Amino acid sequence: MSTHKTCRLALADGMVFTGKAFGAEGSSDGEVVFNTGMTGYQEVLTDPSYAGQIVTMTYPLVGNTGINVEDVESRDRKIQVRGFAIRELSPIVSNFRSRQSLEEYFATEGIMGITGVDTRALTRHIRLTGAVGGVLSTEDVSDDQLVERAKAFGSMAGKDMVKHVTPAEAYDWPDGYVSEFAQGAREHGEKVFDVVAIDCGAKMNILRNLVECGCKVRVVPAAAPPDEILAARPDGVFVSNGPGDPSAVTYTIDTLKGLVGKIPIFGICLGHQMLSLALGAETYKLKFGHRGINQPVRNQATGKVEITSQNHGFAVDDASLAASGAEVTHVNLNDETVEGFTHGDHAVFSVQYHPEASPGPHDATYLFDCFRDMMETGTAPSAEQMHTAQEKLAKA
Amino acid sequence: MPRRDDLETIMLIGSGPIVIGQGCEFDYSGTQACKALREEGYRIVLVNSNPATIMTDPELADRTYIEPITPQAVAKIIARERPDALLPTLGGQTGLNTAVAVADSGVLEEFGVEMIGATREAIHRAEDRTEFKNICLGIGLDVPQSGVAHSMDDARKIVADVGLPVCIRPAYTLGGTGGGFAFNSEEFEEIAARGLEYSPISEILIEESVLGWKEYELEVMRDKADNVVIVCTIENFDPMGVHTGDSITVAPAQTLTDKEYQLMRDASVAIMRAIGVETGGSNVQFGVDPQTGRMIVIEMNPRVSRSSALASKATGFPIAKIAAKLAVGYTLDEISNDITRETPASFEPTIDYCVTKIPRWTFEKFPEADETLTTQMKSVGEAMSIGRTFKESLQKGIRSMEVKRYGLGLDGNDKWLKSKRGQPVGGADDVSGEDTDYPIDKSRLRRKLAIPSQGRMYYVRYAFKMGWSVDDVFDLTKIDRWFLTQMKQLTDFEGELEAVDSVNDASDVLLRQGKQWGYSDIQLATIWNTTPDAIRTARSARGIMPVYKLVDTCAAEFEAYTPYYYSTYETPIRQIADGEISEYVDDEVRISDKKKIVILGGGPNRIGQGIEFDYCCVHAAFAARELGYESVMINSNPETVSTDYDTSDMLFFEPLTLEDVLNICEKLNDAPLGTEGKLHGVIVHFGGQTPLNLARGLEDAGVPIIGTSPESIDLAEDRERFAQVLEELGLQSPPSGTAYTVQEAREIADRVGYPVLVRPSYVLGGRAMEIVSDQQQLDIYMGRAVDASTVGRDHPILVDKFLANAIEVDVDCISEFGARPDGTLSCNARAVVCGVMEHIEQAGIHSGDSACSLPPYSLSDEVVVEIKRQTLALAERLAVRGLMNIQFAVKDGSVYLIEVNPRASRTVPFVSKATGVPWAKLAAKVMAGMSLDELEVHEAPRPKQTSIKESVFPFTKFPGVDVILGPEMRSTGEVMGIDMSFGAAFAKSQMAAGTTLPMSGTVFISVCDADKPHVITIGQQLMALGYDLVATGGTHEVLTGAGVPARHVHKLAEGRPNIVDLITNGEVQLLINTPTRRGPTTDEGKIRASATRHMIPLITTITAGRAAVAGITALLASSRQDGGDPGLAWTVRPLQEYF
Repeated sequence: MSTHKTCRLALADGMVFTGKAFGAEGSSDGEVVFNTGMTGYQEVLTDPSYAGQIVTMTYPLVGNTGINVEDVESRDRKIQVRGFAIRELSPIVSNFRSRQSLEEYFATEGIMGITGVDTRALTRHIRLTGAVGGVLSTEDVSDDQLVERAKAFGSMAGKDMVKHVTPAEAYDWPDGYVSEFAQGAREHGEKVFDVVAIDCGAKMNILRNLVECGCKVRVVPAAAPPDEILAARPDGVFVSNGPGDPSAVTYTIDTLKGLVGKIPIFGICLGHQMLSLALGAETYKLKFGHRGINQPVRNQATGKVEITSQNHGFAVDDASLAASGAEVTHVNLNDETVEGFTHGDHAVFSVQYHPEASPGPHDATYLFDCFRDMMETGTAPSAEQMHTAQEKLAKA
Repeated sequence: MPRRDDLETIMLIGSGPIVIGQGCEFDYSGTQACKALREEGYRIVLVNSNPATIMTDPELADRTYIEPITPQAVAKIIARERPDALLPTLGGQTGLNTAVAVADSGVLEEFGVEMIGATREAIHRAEDRTEFKNICLGIGLDVPQSGVAHSMDDARKIVADVGLPVCIRPAYTLGGTGGGFAFNSEEFEEIAARGLEYSPISEILIEESVLGWKEYELEVMRDKADNVVIVCTIENFDPMGVHTGDSITVAPAQTLTDKEYQLMRDASVAIMRAIGVETGGSNVQFGVDPQTGRMIVIEMNPRVSRSSALASKATGFPIAKIAAKLAVGYTLDEISNDITRETPASFEPTIDYCVTKIPRWTFEKFPEADETLTTQMKSVGEAMSIGRTFKESLQKGIRSMEVKRYGLGLDGNDKWLKSKRGQPVGGADDVSGEDTDYPIDKSRLRRKLAIPSQGRMYYVRYAFKMGWSVDDVFDLTKIDRWFLTQMKQLTDFEGELEAVDSVNDASDVLLRQGKQWGYSDIQLATIWNTTPDAIRTARSARGIMPVYKLVDTCAAEFEAYTPYYYSTYETPIRQIADGEISEYVDDEVRISDKKKIVILGGGPNRIGQGIEFDYCCVHAAFAARELGYESVMINSNPETVSTDYDTSDMLFFEPLTLEDVLNICEKLNDAPLGTEGKLHGVIVHFGGQTPLNLARGLEDAGVPIIGTSPESIDLAEDRERFAQVLEELGLQSPPSGTAYTVQEAREIADRVGYPVLVRPSYVLGGRAMEIVSDQQQLDIYMGRAVDASTVGRDHPILVDKFLANAIEVDVDCISEFGARPDGTLSCNARAVVCGVMEHIEQAGIHSGDSACSLPPYSLSDEVVVEIKRQTLALAERLAVRGLMNIQFAVKDGSVYLIEVNPRASRTVPFVSKATGVPWAKLAAKVMAGMSLDELEVHEAPRPKQTSIKESVFPFTKFPGVDVILGPEMRSTGEVMGIDMSFGAAFAKSQMAAGTTLPMSGTVFISVCDADKPHVITIGQQLMALGYDLVATGGTHEVLTGAGVPARHVHKLAEGRPNIVDLITNGEVQLLINTPTRRGPTTDEGKIRASATRHMIPLITTITAGRAAVAGITALLASSRQDGGDPGLAWTVRPLQEYF
């Protein structure tokens, strides 16, 4: 470690953490957020929803299993975070699938990492004061200057980050699970459903899951207009996760407004938020968000609890959602925030959490089956039906 | 789904005595369960034979039966109490097996008792190897290739298919007893035969060897709505092949990617569902091929286990408490997380630290035992440590073990350092398992690495020191390279420390990194040739002090309310506000204005220091809280009730070393030590010898010790000073002396006369204690002791005249003669004897290994009065405030004082249960300053019933060890038998200890010459009771000569059939064999070993023989009265009815 340069992480509110740099040198700014997963750092680093953010892992020992070929969530295989703050970088890699160390990955990708940080202190600080702008730097400048730069980052509220991660062109996605360490393949009917996936920074595992449940997936950019999407005569539309403030992504919200009622739509995470906005509900910024793989979510109809993977800094306001005609199907047991809704009138449902896991538990995979069923029946699943789909999958 | 209202009374089965494979973790789980269910308003009926448990405190249950945990006893209790439900999953394998036996006997059905938590069927599916394997295969999971055998013929067929090497696991045994790996056909024959014999259903599983694979455990909880959560993942440092109880284990898993982990999670959930564990916790073990990632299921426990206790302490998630609530109908989302309050229990804990558990072995007490670690568990305890890095938690874990190691290296027992400095290597007190010089012979080093045994990690370091690579070490150990590299980092870092001449030359960065990587002040002092105190001073001056972080289940995502802390060292953070820069290190400890009482626990369990001391510590915490103080617990033992977060007001999970304890005291006092702060005082007297040894150092540093002063402790422990005290009081003790050399020892022995008892000073549990009968034996003993480097001016050898055939007596007393915490004395100070216990075995057998009776069964009133008089005189002279234990020997009506310990003793919980008084709690209140008058303690009640304590031994785990009693303690646990007569109580204590006395049949008698005069009466009594007698040579002559008809049987060398044949054929039901010659290779040793192997009751002292006859007589008499089966001619009664 002694060869590593000193690095600092300065926060807009004046906190300065000192550690050692790994990966690139220089400076990098972003919103500082924490993730509580003890596994899955590779998926976190490559999840486009983290665009514009400096992520700290609460688990102190990071890099133990290196970087492998299969567990990448970004299509371009690139690191999506603006910086990574950890307590201790593993001195070696120990995993039979690893091809590269975390440090090499950061160096090749030109992303900044900092190790040696009291990440628990950082996390506690964020919990108390909220997600905050920050800057990582190996430059020889004063603490004050770094804090000023961190302040300049501003807030994630109002920022459209989707435009940075959405693909320029549409493309076909052919792959289901490729890794033998992915969850087991699922039975699905003969019928193939044509799905258009609006990619606002989609995780690859969502697309893989769509293929696994029997969909033929055409991926389109976030700004694709509704008529273009409908012109392909798909059976359903999927709207993906992604970074930043959902209310700033007006173009996708408008597209969704144009699609609701015309075609079955399923949304995940940012997609869920944008669908809510399209229905007339409101979203708000959470103090520090939910980022981890242990978030308990309850099915409102049956009380069934699933442990979910989450990564979001904004949430849907439940009162406005109810007013929009949607029905909340799932809530977060920790803070009672909205985790999913369905709709009585339109073939629309969505969840705030990540049924594709990666990283995280596979408890919610059944939601992809619900999407398939919705395309079959033309009506959105009720919370009870979701429960039934979950039971069915658990028994399979 | 709320609690079930159709249930009113719930019965819980405990796990009985502490044995290898089943430790005090089940007191922890049982206590949690009792509390949780009572909180819900259920009436609790509890059975547990172990008096040293918190769960058997009468206030924890409505009906507390300290009775044998046998199907018969449980049936009797069910008939008496008519519970609605039986919860079998919280009392370990014993609880589960007993519940299954009771279910199978039809008793549950007869009385309409529902099994909750796990059904009979689910238990069968999980426990039956074939059934389990088929279920796993059925849900698409991989298992090792294997077969189940019920005979040697089956076994041979299976091994022909599977191919050697194989792993052999007997069904339904504790801690894998009787199992092991066979590499060749000879080993296979031996282990398979042993396994078939040990399995209560004669069933073994023969399995494809997965030696060297990575091993993982997942702790899973499920509720009746089918919500499932994983509480914790554990990765074993030692790969497959070492029992997980003997492995160093780490939480969370370190070398799994999320994808691999999630498959393991899916598998665990699927197994829970398929086995049908409806509610509660289970643990599932997996093996992973490090080359390919192939994952196989090893086994599951459909109950709360040792790993559950570890997982609870490692995460803060109270598995047993939640399991109990789930069993009565709650779902996970209905139960709130005590720690965060706002979140429910239906989440998966995430931790932001690294936990290391290291097992504690006591091979030094079983020198003949094979130290190789296998699938049969051999450790007797464990320590857990928490750090922000693996390196920190490993080194904290090592210094928690109390094996005179203070980290991976760089301490007084580091061979590398000693050799470098030209010091002799090795030491008598070095129980780390090391015994060679440095540099280590290469073939020896290879063996030390390849064959797992205690202390292997030190050899990993030596290998690195000798220039071996991580791959070299991996090839031999198969320990994951990640762990090895961490240890390599530590080894390499020593170079950086060495490069600096003194602590003053060390940079802040270097010093801080050392502390962040878990180096103790002792290690730093050793490398820099100074004192730990100097390191402490230097650190303090530079602000390199520990911070305390919370164990909060959620990695700081939510605020935690439960003050459960660990220490670590962090890098300072700068804060800029209004142009001002301040620097701080984030510390989460919250110090209230309340005065605090700190209780030091006992650290890892070992023989001689176990659950009894934890019991006392827990009571001290309760007492402090009841008096309005904030109770603070410091301990490193994850199995205990004391380390439960709601036992005390603050819990510090930390090593019990002077450095770690001082750090906490300094923090809590909130003012410099030695000045008035928030610390009311520290109790060092309840956790056994471990905290007592810290007393002086703490006092010197200005920490207020409350209760008996360190000065008094020293007065009692220093032989020469204590001899003066005795003289002053006119009390007699066996003549003795203190020897520093062989010559001095000889002179003392000549003066006092042989036989003499020899032992090192300052040890617990009679370690290295021997009775020697002549000078030759004395020379051998002293030769060993003096050679050892730790024997010298600090650790002399004590030589006592041994009183042959004396009756030994244990006395516990509570006293207020010492000063109160404020320095004042009570005006009418007094002391009260809590209980006088007469040992069954004669003096010379370690008191921890003897059975004893309260009240005394043969002592005259005069002798008891004299014993009490002497006790009270000593309490006054030693200025005891709190508890004191004294051992006396009574010979020919004279009372001799053997030993005084001015602290809580091993017998305190037993005395409390036998007299119905919570002595430890009262004593803690006295220590805090209350008077006996205020506590209304006058005289100890004189119970009408007799209570017998019997010891339980681990001999079945150590084949080849001679099963005789001596001055060195070797028992791991204790049971209690209570009844109105001595005989019935003794018989119950034997049942509880697992050696049910036969009510008819053949008794083999063979006694040493000294016992021959006494054997006649026993023979006559047994004959009169209808037993047949067989005897060898001399004993046969004595018996027949006295007109007692006994059949003659050959000794081993005299031809066949001999006594071992009789034992093997089941023709002997009881053995009374008092040793003439000791050792596993003697004929006698083989006879005793054979009895142990065939689980035939074996009695090795004449006094215990007499007690057994009394027990048998009582049961037979009672059955004559009632006309029933004599084996069942006893009744059960709860503590609540005795008092």
